[in-house]
Amino acid sequence: MGLARRIIPCLDVDNGRVVKGVNFVDIRDAGDPVEIAARYNEQGADEITFLDITASHEGRDTTAHTVEAIAREVFIPLTVGGGIRSLDDIRSMLNAGADKVSINTAAIREPELVRRASQRFGAQCIVVAIDAKRVDDVEGMPRYEIFTHGGRKPTGIDAVQWAQRMAELGAGELLLTSMDRDGTRDGFELGVTRAITDAVGIPVIASGGVGNLQHLVDGVLQGGADAVLAASIFHFGEFTVGEAKDAMAAAGIEVRR
Amino acid sequence: MSGTVAVIDYGMGNLHSVESALQHVGAERVVVTHDAALLREADRVVFPGVGAIRDCMAEIRRLHCDQLLDTALREQHKPVLAICVGMQALLERSEENDGVECLGLLPGAVKHFGVNLQSADGERLKVPHMGWNEVTQQQSHPLWDAIDDGERFYFVHSYFVQAQDRGLVVGSADYGVAVDAALAKDNLFAVQFHPEKSHRAGLQLLRNFLHWDGTC
Repeated sequence: MGLARRIIPCLDVDNGRVVKGVNFVDIRDAGDPVEIAARYNEQGADEITFLDITASHEGRDTTAHTVEAIAREVFIPLTVGGGIRSLDDIRSMLNAGADKVSINTAAIREPELVRRASQRFGAQCIVVAIDAKRVDDVEGMPRYEIFTHGGRKPTGIDAVQWAQRMAELGAGELLLTSMDRDGTRDGFELGVTRAITDAVGIPVIASGGVGNLQHLVDGVLQGGADAVLAASIFHFGEFTVGEAKDAMAAAGIEVRR
Repeated sequence: MSGTVAVIDYGMGNLHSVESALQHVGAERVVVTHDAALLREADRVVFPGVGAIRDCMAEIRRLHCDQLLDTALREQHKPVLAICVGMQALLERSEENDGVECLGLLPGAVKHFGVNLQSADGERLKVPHMGWNEVTQQQSHPLWDAIDDGERFYFVHSYFVQAQDRGLVVGSADYGVAVDAALAKDNLFAVQFHPEKSHRAGLQLLRNFLHWDGTC
């Protein structure tokens, strides 16, 4: 017995409301983030991830207040991502009560930000989010590339090499989202998950595509993920976090009960 | 009666979660401070820590938090709870940041997990040690009240404590090596995990701390 694999419900938040889109298009309103975070906490979530998809500057103040409100009543780790561009952005989210921040586009624009953030705040609170999409196979082997702008813009960067570089620069953890699967409910893209978990020595959270509990099991047993993240299967009451843990435990995966 | 709990603030990282968790479990008053007078008046003291040890030690010394802690511990004999890097700072030295001298209040060192860490059955282990691990209670202690032996707590660290005096180890976790998860000596209790982030078990430990008179 040892470290448990983590289940992390994810809240996509726009202007203070939890939403979850299918491929970022069909956005449905799922409710108040503080209430939802408290519910997942009660269900035994191991962490909560809060992804801010608010575009406006005013909206970002709302985000900080929401993070504060969650941190006052939820005593499990809280990760905040979305729109983090600078050391100041990181500091303000940590001050609001986030335990970790997740950096995505800014790391691509300025990889040194990851190094500086890790040195300043500690690797334990720096998560690098990687949005990967399958591109042309090379000699029969699938190849994955980093995409930005919700999966619309290719960067030409190889996802596995990028993961290694982020780990070297001081990321404490990677949040890997398959843009081919996000919102599809078809399950994780296990190929890229396995390639990245094997390539780095830091923990990897698998994300994108969870539609049933077997997908979570597959992410750990086949993908090698240290943690699995899901949104819609929990938001609409389809499954509780407890049921997800039962399914993982039944498959022989160590979970926190 | 918890009285006033002072959380020592040396400017490294956010202490709101420690503060709100203490309030949540019924602390009458929580002050987050490095003010000597406020610390002297407090009934119990929390010594937290997050981030890199070199920066932490520099700020601890610059703000004289080492002396404040020493006063609380050894002159006033108040109950003191050290958390994560706060625990690591109590040892003699840490391997982090190419080697840093620490407070030396407890004999022993803080070591890196290493790059090829494996479990007993050969499984590769990631570093940081991040997530919920089981804590085996090596000795009974008032701070373990109403907490099951083997209960999981939330850890996040790349360096781990090895106390020289094994008699001080009251809790341990297995992560390729034996991690000293909790040390206790007189009125001091130190934990590597984050009770303020460890849900029910963590809140119970903080509640126990609020009712602890500093004896074993």
